Amino acid sequence: MTIHQISIFLENKYGTLNEILSLLADADIRIIAATVADTAEFGIMRMIVSDPQKACTILKENNVSAYLSDVMAIVTDASADSLANVLKEFTKAGLNIEYMYCFSVKEKSILVVRTGNRESAREVVRRKNFSYISENDLINL
Amino acid sequence: MTYWQKEIETMSRDSLEKLQIKRLRETITLANNAPFYNNIFRKNAITADSVRSLDDLKKLPFTTKEDLRNNYPFGLAAIPLQKCVRLHSSSGTTGNPTVVLHSAKDLDEWANQVARCMYMVGLRDTDIFQNTSGYGMFTGGLGFQYGAEKLGALTVPAAAGNTRRQIKFITDFGTTCLHIIPSYATRLAEVMYEIGMEPKKDTRLKTICIGAEPHSEEQRRRIEQLLGVKAYNCFGMSEMNGPGVAFECTEQNGLHIWEDYVIVEIVDPDTLEPVADGETGELVLTTINREAMPLIRYRTRDLTRLLPGDCACGRTHKRIDRFKGRSDDMIILKGVNLFPIQIEKILMQFPELGGNYLITLETINNSDEMLIEVELNDLYTDDYAVLQRLTKDITRRLKDELLLTPRLKLAAKGSLPVQEGKAVRVKDLRSL
Repeated sequence: MTIHQISIFLENKYGTLNEILSLLADADIRIIAATVADTAEFGIMRMIVSDPQKACTILKENNVSAYLSDVMAIVTDASADSLANVLKEFTKAGLNIEYMYCFSVKEKSILVVRTGNRESAREVVRRKNFSYISENDLINL
Repeated sequence: MTYWQKEIETMSRDSLEKLQIKRLRETITLANNAPFYNNIFRKNAITADSVRSLDDLKKLPFTTKEDLRNNYPFGLAAIPLQKCVRLHSSSGTTGNPTVVLHSAKDLDEWANQVARCMYMVGLRDTDIFQNTSGYGMFTGGLGFQYGAEKLGALTVPAAAGNTRRQIKFITDFGTTCLHIIPSYATRLAEVMYEIGMEPKKDTRLKTICIGAEPHSEEQRRRIEQLLGVKAYNCFGMSEMNGPGVAFECTEQNGLHIWEDYVIVEIVDPDTLEPVADGETGELVLTTINREAMPLIRYRTRDLTRLLPGDCACGRTHKRIDRFKGRSDDMIILKGVNLFPIQIEKILMQFPELGGNYLITLETINNSDEMLIEVELNDLYTDDYAVLQRLTKDITRRLKDELLLTPRLKLAAKGSLPVQEGKAVRVKDLRSL
């Protein structure tokens, strides 16, 4: 029910991001979604890529600090309602959202979300029958 | 020209050297009571009689900061602790702190030394002296306090920090003299201008004693101009009591080092041989007027040179030049002495961090600051709040250790320059 997200420590320095992206491009890894959470001095870039395990190995081989974590990727129909509904159900279950971001593929909007209490989050997804993306789907996105 | 102690300050070189030899012999006899020196003297058959001239000084062993640490706390005490009345200690940088003991006579002599310096730059009992040094173990506090009191000045122990309060005291009490670190003097002046004060008109300040921090001639002139004062460079170190070891006179050309208190040598830090006259080397000092804890040929690690020629002020005591750096890796920041190893020790306690780090000293808004960049090990979170918390934790631990707050910056693994051979961990970009 979860997919792997790669997080990379980024310094606020000219050219850093470019180097990292080149490493992935050279390995034919596609970036499906990316977001950067930043402070004044550093940032963490979170990415959904076509092959997270391979991406992580390549980055580590090149001495880039990378971290794999589990996130949920819930498919919604790109309307505000649909997104609100997912969040409403999480809230009802008493889950707080640590972070989230969205991206679109093939007229679907995909909500990447990380909540507290992962087990109850899974339970909500199952009960409400939300559609989601699993790791095997990534390569075809 | 008037002097605090005319006879001593203007003594002929010949008489001064005779006095030094006499006091050095007494010091050796006294130092022999200290377990540390007793051991060395016995091994090398050194007694007071080993010294007949100043040239014999080279028969005596050097003493280092390391010796003070290894014999912590009382291994260099030359009199019973019962006879000691004060102890000053460093913050305990790399391992044991260094301790300096004082008898009542030592404190009185130290106060006299400081009073002599202050009198030399024009202070009298009519002056109001405000000391912005930290008090407590830091010798700039009590050292100047007792010196100024001995001189008879009205003394305000304002201690460090709180700029608005400092300014209030300066205006309300009519402070005429400050003891202050140079970067803070500039800051103080800036705040005065910010709140619409004209220091030259709105204060009675006329003399500033600046020290405890490396600074340039340009910085001194700037302070003088901003505050409308004369600023004098002072030198002290806790191992040599503290402030008062050497001080500029009104000529502002070199610091007179009081040779009735210490014997001065300048040596090559590598060969430990004396350098040629006027050449730069490491300042080595022997106390000759201290009973609780005499130090023989103490290696200060400060690099300077003796200025040739006589001083127009009439004082015969030698002058040392502005310091040119250190022969070790000690950092002096805001009057605090610290070593990179202290920082390393703290950083290495965090498993989240890698081994590579870089310390940068820089001047920001006229204030000397320290930036520490340290590489992260593998990333262990995708939450930047966790990293911010880590940054805070490390900063707090560093502050506890260093007694000042550095700016800490996490760096990506492999992003800092790779160190080959002797690692250069410190970049000093301060505008001197």
